[in-house]
Amino acid sequence: MNALNIPQGSTAHSAYSLRSSLAEGEERRTLAVLVVNEAGVLARVIGLFSGRGYNIESLTVAETDHVSRRSRITVVTTGTPAVIAQIKAQLSRMVVVIDVHDLTTEGPSVERELALIKVAATGEARVESLRLADVFRARVVDTTLRSFVFELTGPSDKIDAFVELMAPLGLVDVSRTGVAAIKRGPEGM
Amino acid sequence: MSREMTGAQIVVQALKDQGVDTVFGYPGGAVLPIYDELFKQNDIRHILVRHEQGATHAAEGYARSTGKPGVVLVTSGPGATNAVTGMADALLDSIPMIVLTGQVPTFLIGSDAFQEADTIGITRPCTKHNWLVKETDQLSDVLHQAFFVATNGRPGPVLIDIPKDVQFATGTYRGPEDAPALPYRPRTEGDADMIEAAVEMIETAERPILYTGGGVINSGDEATRLLRELAEATGFPVTSTLMGLGAYPASGEAWLGMLGMHGMYEANMAMHDCDAMFCIGARFDDRITGRLDAFSPGSKKVHIDIDPSSINKNVMVDVPIIGDVACVLAAILERWKARGSKLKRDRLTGWWTQIDAWRAIKCLTYKGSETVIKPQYALERLEALTRDHDRYITTEVGQHQMWAAQFLHFQEPKRWMTSGGLGTMGYGVPASVGVQIAHPDALVINVAGEASFMMTMQELSTAVQYRAPVKQFILNNERLGMVRQWQQLLHGERYSHTYSEALPDFVKMAEAFGAKGIRCENPADLDEAIREMLAYDGPVIFDCMVEKHENCFPMIPSGKAHNEMLLGEASTEGAIDAGGGMLV
Repeated sequence: MNALNIPQGSTAHSAYSLRSSLAEGEERRTLAVLVVNEAGVLARVIGLFSGRGYNIESLTVAETDHVSRRSRITVVTTGTPAVIAQIKAQLSRMVVVIDVHDLTTEGPSVERELALIKVAATGEARVESLRLADVFRARVVDTTLRSFVFELTGPSDKIDAFVELMAPLGLVDVSRTGVAAIKRGPEGM
Repeated sequence: MSREMTGAQIVVQALKDQGVDTVFGYPGGAVLPIYDELFKQNDIRHILVRHEQGATHAAEGYARSTGKPGVVLVTSGPGATNAVTGMADALLDSIPMIVLTGQVPTFLIGSDAFQEADTIGITRPCTKHNWLVKETDQLSDVLHQAFFVATNGRPGPVLIDIPKDVQFATGTYRGPEDAPALPYRPRTEGDADMIEAAVEMIETAERPILYTGGGVINSGDEATRLLRELAEATGFPVTSTLMGLGAYPASGEAWLGMLGMHGMYEANMAMHDCDAMFCIGARFDDRITGRLDAFSPGSKKVHIDIDPSSINKNVMVDVPIIGDVACVLAAILERWKARGSKLKRDRLTGWWTQIDAWRAIKCLTYKGSETVIKPQYALERLEALTRDHDRYITTEVGQHQMWAAQFLHFQEPKRWMTSGGLGTMGYGVPASVGVQIAHPDALVINVAGEASFMMTMQELSTAVQYRAPVKQFILNNERLGMVRQWQQLLHGERYSHTYSEALPDFVKMAEAFGAKGIRCENPADLDEAIREMLAYDGPVIFDCMVEKHENCFPMIPSGKAHNEMLLGEASTEGAIDAGGGMLV
């Protein structure tokens, strides 16, 4: 035990690459799915994943074009290459789906996630949380004398790392958006 | 063309503009406005079924035997939930079907109102797409889009949920040509490079097989014609799934019979040993492939399918062609002719010799009897006495279904209606009514087991009401025969609940319905009894008492490969191991 009473172990290893390792032969893919924003569209997509036993690691959805009623769903999934191909084919044939892109394989892309992290601490732990927030370029968006709410954007594993570091310092709550992703370069979907 | 009318009028107008002549349905509180409009017109005929499941299967029978979408109209809540089985059935067998459900008025949705159910939520996984229409102005667009979705790409059931206030309210009707296009645009033309690769395989194949399925029939009559042309021109042997029977004529020289779990020995052996497999409108279903890692190990495979998700789903193929069967076959034949129709027929001689050796096994051989009617014999006689008729066959699900597929022969498509993918007991009685409504002068026979028949036999009342002279040909073994067969082979002959102790007297029941009942128990009387059935101008229940413990062979035990078929009782000992027992 050190001065902060932080148990050894969880934060002693590198702060990066904390995502769980994949099963043999499985891959992690980020899919961008452009859909017609009609009632129940998210339930359709989720129902496909649950009904056919596919994994969802993260899923975000929001309308991206109000005029033409388009929503964009970003889903991070895992599976063997054959399963990933099935997922893409099953999504593509849905009546509400306009387009499916595999951002992991179709050239470089940027993935970001936003998290709001509440830490309640006083004294040395409070100071340490602020220091670490600075290291991670997290912003303080709310504060009381006993707590902070940090806003952090970045790849998912960066957020994982920050959350893990906060755990022994007085982590209270985490709210994450899930991954939003977009292709690099000038081309659209 | 746009006009103001009520939602209920819009529904009827849209059906007319889509060419609908028949609706299968059952009224209820939430669809009363639509029924009121149906009452005021004569263009669309409404068939009142006895249960909503019956409406969906009748619509399936109508659709499969005509190639047109089947239309169902039912009320909210239980009306919709009762229709679920038929939609799931149509989804797995790719049958175009439009289901219209009433819904409680929009202002009551979510309040647990009387006969309210979350129809959209319940039917989402068993429809190709579904819509809840909350504005009367959107109703005509959605109806026209629904017909487009049901009939384009891989066909399937769609559902439109229409709240009662939307039916009463006034809105603008727009015709089919004015409906906005959906992003759903299935691809019909195959990729040129892949078609070239398929043609090269035709040119070099030494042990080829055409493995055809329901997609050929769904694609339309042109696809059937092109398949026959391809088989004729190449001299390749043809087999088919349960769903595809009739696309290639059973009397054709290249016909090997059905393949799969209870398919022909020669068809399955040819699938296993071939070097070039051409899968046309089929989907490598588990009833077809048997053990996947031993499935046709030495072959290159072409797969033609309009649904991209069918490609590489169960079996990895070398040449995937996404497109409509008719378009793709036309392109293949055109490229093949352009390249000189190269084919060395003598190269196929060895292959055909091998196939003839497999044929000589005569895998459908069964032990005859002079005292008991063997189910196979009953179907042989039915085939012999009806083959010259304008004949449509439906079935239920089980042993009788497989025997019917083995012993009845189909020369044309759309003559064989059976529940393949979902395996729905109770499909056949309503389906036969739907077929007869579409083809009033044809001979429509439902080959049934007594257990399946009893699941939906109330539709006999529909048949009587609409003078649909359907023949219910029941192979009555007083057992759930196929389940009993599995219990014998896999569960130590412990026949758990597969014996129906209290069956009705089907002859008396027929009479009670206003139909004719015939019972036959003696092989010597069978021909005469079948003739009596055929001669009667009205619905008949034919209670054919058959051997009670007959098993259906040949059979690929679950978990086994194509070349591990069981040919008869002698080979059943330990046929299914523990792994196979896990499978269905």
